[in-house]
Amino acid sequence: MNTPVFAARNLRKSYGRGTARFDALDGVSLEVRAGESIAIVGKSGSGKSTLMHLLALLDSPDEGSLQVHGMDASQLSTKQVNLLRNQDFGFVFQQFFLIPNASVLENVILPLKIAGLGAGECKRRGMAALEQLEIAEKAKSKATNLSGGQKQRVVIARALVNNPKVIFADEPTGNLDTVTGERVEDILFSLNKDHGITLVIVTHDPDLAARCDRRIFIRDGRQVESLALETAGASA
Amino acid sequence: MNLTGIFRTAVGNTFRSKLRTTLTVTAIFIGAFTLTLTSALGTGVATYLDVQIAGFGAKDVLAVTKTTGPEPGLGDGPAPYDPAVATAAGSPGAEPGASAGVLTDKDLESIAGTTGVLEVNAVVTVMPRYIEHDRNGKFQLVVNEATALTKADLAAGQQLSEDGNENRTLLPSSYLETLGFDDAQSAIGEKVTIGISDYTGAMHEVEATVTGVQNLTLLGVGARMNQSLTEELYALQTLGEPAGAATGYFTASAHFDPGAGSEQVETLKADLADQGYTARTLADQIGIFQTILTGIIGVLNAFGVIALLAAGIGIINTLLMSVQERTREIGLMKAMGMGKGRIYALFSFEAIFIGLLGSLIGAAAAITTGTIISNVLADTILADLQGLRILQFAPVPVGAIILLVMLISFLAATLPARRASRQNPIDALRYE
Repeated sequence: MNTPVFAARNLRKSYGRGTARFDALDGVSLEVRAGESIAIVGKSGSGKSTLMHLLALLDSPDEGSLQVHGMDASQLSTKQVNLLRNQDFGFVFQQFFLIPNASVLENVILPLKIAGLGAGECKRRGMAALEQLEIAEKAKSKATNLSGGQKQRVVIARALVNNPKVIFADEPTGNLDTVTGERVEDILFSLNKDHGITLVIVTHDPDLAARCDRRIFIRDGRQVESLALETAGASA
Repeated sequence: MNLTGIFRTAVGNTFRSKLRTTLTVTAIFIGAFTLTLTSALGTGVATYLDVQIAGFGAKDVLAVTKTTGPEPGLGDGPAPYDPAVATAAGSPGAEPGASAGVLTDKDLESIAGTTGVLEVNAVVTVMPRYIEHDRNGKFQLVVNEATALTKADLAAGQQLSEDGNENRTLLPSSYLETLGFDDAQSAIGEKVTIGISDYTGAMHEVEATVTGVQNLTLLGVGARMNQSLTEELYALQTLGEPAGAATGYFTASAHFDPGAGSEQVETLKADLADQGYTARTLADQIGIFQTILTGIIGVLNAFGVIALLAAGIGIINTLLMSVQERTREIGLMKAMGMGKGRIYALFSFEAIFIGLLGSLIGAAAAITTGTIISNVLADTILADLQGLRILQFAPVPVGAIILLVMLISFLAATLPARRASRQNPIDALRYE
């Protein structure tokens, strides 16, 4: 059995102090295996985004342990963490977070520029990623002039450009209409199937969650049984 | 991200908000422009003084005065009377640093006896009443008092000499037209008549040959006379004077070996100081003016620096707004693995680039306008001071100003860059 990409045990995270203290995560354990697609499902404020931030090493837990590729996350240096996020992780956000005045290509090659690649190499790989998502003709356009679906494809191209092992997608279809949303889902799952990229999707959409290999349900910072949440979601 | 990548991104970022960058660059421009001009003024005037001293200051002459003791304090009462102390006619020299002691003939002898002194002459003040050429009318004559210490900046002819004990004079170029000469060249070799009244009021006339015409310089205005002419005029001026009325001089000029090194000059000055005399070269005297000048330029520069500091606040403001506006972007870059140091460097480079831009444009504009102003002034109100270029731009001070501006920009960036580098990616990327 190969080592899991992520192995989290009893993660706890709280914000604030005293009466303002808020437990975002209250003891969550999970394992994510390479090539798997996993959905972290919950309502807003349930702690699902906090869990993703911990897995993506954007934040560190107050308690509990996290292993990434078998390495203890708390033992990694800042430099190693930065390298890991730059080389192994890709991010897709509901809000896109494209740099508005920069061109599509410039947006896509940002991770490569951060990695310190030369301008030529950046452009070559950036164009390849845009072609893979069939949006190469927009390379020179400003990011603001794109439609929602086009923007999300650019974001996926950006997440893909450094050939990551894991893609974190936070509500990737939240800002898109049903048809466009489905096309984006298709792209993400084809990356998972055809390129073996591990998918970690945070969503409150049961349909998207249903397409994943596995679902983790979070409510009030705790992991719950799938059915419980689904009935709660249905009655809400 | 490597250094060139950071630099390129920073340069790109400065052009992203064009209006804001333009305004900040303008603020820096004003500071750099002011500083470049004031430093050019300093360079211009200092260079002029140096050229004057180097070109026309006699290098082998000391102005010697008697060193007086410390002034009596306010409550000390009068000093005891000393019959040996001489008095001199006229008023003490108005030059800064000159002492009010009076030199006697005995003093002149002991100065002449000092090792290294070749010749000593008392500097006497002659007050001719008029000058006339070819019966064209009589005009007042001003005598250059610094004759012994300086050489003339000649427009035509040659320097004064004592060959053949002939009376010789150098006329300022501004006298030519009044006295009836067509140009500088035509005045050379002509005779002029100088009128002087003696102690009893009777008028005497002395003939002198014009051997040269001099440009106006900072080092004394008026006509120059050689020693034999001065002596003859002085003899006439004191004719009929009661014996013992004026027995001393304020200043003597002491010639020494022109080949003497600065160490030998210092020794000579120290020897004279031991005997109770103050000896100063022309450079020493000019040095006082240079000190004053340096002070004035310093104040002007301070204004430029104040403008730059204000511009520095502008940079802080610009970058803080930029950090605020790009919170998301910074968070994104951090999430994608860009380290704190690089974010810091990114914003620092942005500030330095704004500084470089502002100072380059400011310096270039200052050099262009300064050169035009300097040329116009040299042809109009400063036309009499030949060789004075009031604004001079040297590469070293201009380069230093650009570096200074970049340093100020870098310091201004510290606060915003720190804030950016400490940005938490999660907070930055949190949904609104």
